[in-house]
Amino acid sequence: MTRRSTASGGISRRRLFGLGAAGVAAVGAGAVAGRSFIEEPVAHAASSSDPVAFYGPHQAGITTPAQDRLHFVAFDVITKKKAELVELLQEWTAAAARMTQGKDAGTFGAVGGSPEAPPDDTGEALGLPASGLTLTIGFGPSLFDERFGLADRRPPALADLPAFPGEDLQPEISGGDICVQACAHDPQVAVHAIRNLARIGFGKVSVRYSQLGFGRTSSTSRSQATPRNLMGFKDGTNNLKLEDTAMLRDHLWAAPGDGPAWMDGGTYLVTRKIRMHIETWDRAPLSEQEAIFGRDKGEGAPLTGHKEFDAPDFAKKGPDGQPVIAGDAHVRLAHPDAHGGARLLRRGYNFVDGSDGLGRLDAGLFFIAYQRDPRKQFVPIQRMLAEKDSLNEYIKHVSSGLFACPPGVVDGGDYWGRTLFA
Amino acid sequence: MRTPTVLAVAALALAGLTACSSTESGSGGTTEATAAGDGKIAVAATDTECKVAKSELAAGTSTFSITNNGSKVTEFYVYAAGDRIMGEVENIVPGLTRDVVMELPAGMYETACKPGMTGKGIRGPLKVSGESKPLTSDAKLAEAVASYKRYIKSQSDTLLGKTKEFTEAVKAGEVDKAKELYPVARTYWERIEPVAEVFGDLDPAIDARENDVADGEEWTGFHRLEKDLWVKKDVKGDGPIADKLMTDVTTIVEKSAALELSPVQLANGAKGLLDEVATGKITGEEDRYSHTDLWDFDANLQGSKAAVQALRPVLEERDPDLVKTLDAKFADAEGTLGAHRSGDGWKLHTELSKDDLRALSDAINALAEPISKVASVVAR
Repeated sequence: MTRRSTASGGISRRRLFGLGAAGVAAVGAGAVAGRSFIEEPVAHAASSSDPVAFYGPHQAGITTPAQDRLHFVAFDVITKKKAELVELLQEWTAAAARMTQGKDAGTFGAVGGSPEAPPDDTGEALGLPASGLTLTIGFGPSLFDERFGLADRRPPALADLPAFPGEDLQPEISGGDICVQACAHDPQVAVHAIRNLARIGFGKVSVRYSQLGFGRTSSTSRSQATPRNLMGFKDGTNNLKLEDTAMLRDHLWAAPGDGPAWMDGGTYLVTRKIRMHIETWDRAPLSEQEAIFGRDKGEGAPLTGHKEFDAPDFAKKGPDGQPVIAGDAHVRLAHPDAHGGARLLRRGYNFVDGSDGLGRLDAGLFFIAYQRDPRKQFVPIQRMLAEKDSLNEYIKHVSSGLFACPPGVVDGGDYWGRTLFA
Repeated sequence: MRTPTVLAVAALALAGLTACSSTESGSGGTTEATAAGDGKIAVAATDTECKVAKSELAAGTSTFSITNNGSKVTEFYVYAAGDRIMGEVENIVPGLTRDVVMELPAGMYETACKPGMTGKGIRGPLKVSGESKPLTSDAKLAEAVASYKRYIKSQSDTLLGKTKEFTEAVKAGEVDKAKELYPVARTYWERIEPVAEVFGDLDPAIDARENDVADGEEWTGFHRLEKDLWVKKDVKGDGPIADKLMTDVTTIVEKSAALELSPVQLANGAKGLLDEVATGKITGEEDRYSHTDLWDFDANLQGSKAAVQALRPVLEERDPDLVKTLDAKFADAEGTLGAHRSGDGWKLHTELSKDDLRALSDAINALAEPISKVASVVAR
């Protein structure tokens, strides 16, 4: 049962709905809708309705050009039987392989089964195209305990993150034994995927938390314009891009000899839910906002340059003898130059979880970063930011997640996590 | 649930109201087995023992005569594999003897007395031997329905008795006694709720929450009295509400007795009861004033199990793996809930932590998924 009907390429409303400056809708062969002041929309490699290959040496959803929508979920494993967990991973893989290609979660589908039985697909994606759906799995540190005999398979790079100054982490939306990142150009497709995986997992895993996101805040391909976070600034200008193969090799993928062999070709994921104090930010003068980021708001250029992709000149001083890019500016502290070249592949999403009951939007950035070794990448970068970044006045880290994402699923005989469990 | 065909309601003499009546279980609702004066199997029950005079019987109709020599109210069951109830009698108060008639084909069973009417009870083996033809699939389905109807009947009888006690306490202004009886009476109500729900207008009259009631309609039933008992702490003037509750419960019991159920409805009822748990009991919405949700939770779980176990012979034949899964998941759910026992009853909902509630929610989800597959197996 495929659910591919006569659905057209689909119009995807992009980014920052309801926050002014509506994106221009792109039809058919999905030109990226730029914001009105971005001069030239850049073409996607494929239509936003097309499927993304599920099988490959690396998991999809990492270097895949970032889709518009996120539904991220973390599970706690509640079964005590390793065989049940492995069976679940196999069932999940089969369902993921189907759903990413625009098919139903189960073999009978939403309407093809017995009328007396609940359908094996929940049905809300009937008639919708694959919409670039990717499903990416990761295993958290808590999975590597005595329950399944995985204690000695825990990679050294999956070391618990240290506490960072200023964070206010809520345990109930942090951590997790297993995570799945669903990204798609259609929120209904991303939600459908996670909902069906959660249902397949009943009795074996329990949803710990989940997060919806929109308006990707990073570009992971040179074909994509740099999007904006909810502070209105372009985010991820200097991100790792899928075209940078040498850099991906050095900074993204776990290599033989890095750690346990089961992670070869995998990568490490760090998630941070970053609440933004939107209302106070919006009252900050433009000059202060730009000084905090170290970039101008319109173009996204470093304060020492004119174009977005100009390299920042951290040594340059202004007429007052002070650095043009302040010592506590975000771009300076996060830049590879400040960390011996350490980089992240950022793939975050904006979130607005309604309002907080105090008249404020509950909004911010669901930060997602993939890397070869968090101990050498996320941790030093975040430590410096947490200590010095002038942006801290306007943000608060409220959740944290760390996961080892295994290598890709090779073919139909393979399954998520086989290298770990086999 | 699809609306079942309701047969003409037979007027039912409420024999179950007096504690010393004999409980008779028909063998499928067509021919009533008669209780033989002699040849009864004596069961001597105490708070710690369950002495059954015989542990081997001939196949066919048997009458058990249970005497409660203990200090706690007790009940007696005969279980087939997987705790499928072949027959039972509840609410045997200390000092009383009650009879129960049941039809037992050849096979291995377990007898059980349950002092305090909770838990697994004191078990003993029972071997039944003799001629018994293997049932055809259709006959198994018919027996499943008959077996479930026996369960509904026994629960209904006790529901009437306990509701009577509860409403009498309310009318007498005995607040403490009524508060004690409230979750107990509801236990029997919650076990048979899928049957009760068939009768659209009666169910809300008995069990509506305050926010379920439309403007201009009177709020009646259990929860109205619950609020007065726990919040107002005063039930003066609730006489008419108590009387109406008794009348409505009596009507629903009469109607249930005449209800024709299909095997698929049994299966859907089992699922429906777990839905009740998932949406109302885990959240504490059901008994928001008394916080006695776990009594209802347990009753829903037991009622669901009774319906599934009634179908067991059919499921064994058609999907033995599903039976194994259901057994395991029922055991998990009962174990998870069992951790919150308190004396003869349960902890209050407010005494459970968020983690406790999440574990219960996970256990119910784990059980409800395989239960949702039962109907299609039965419908084959």
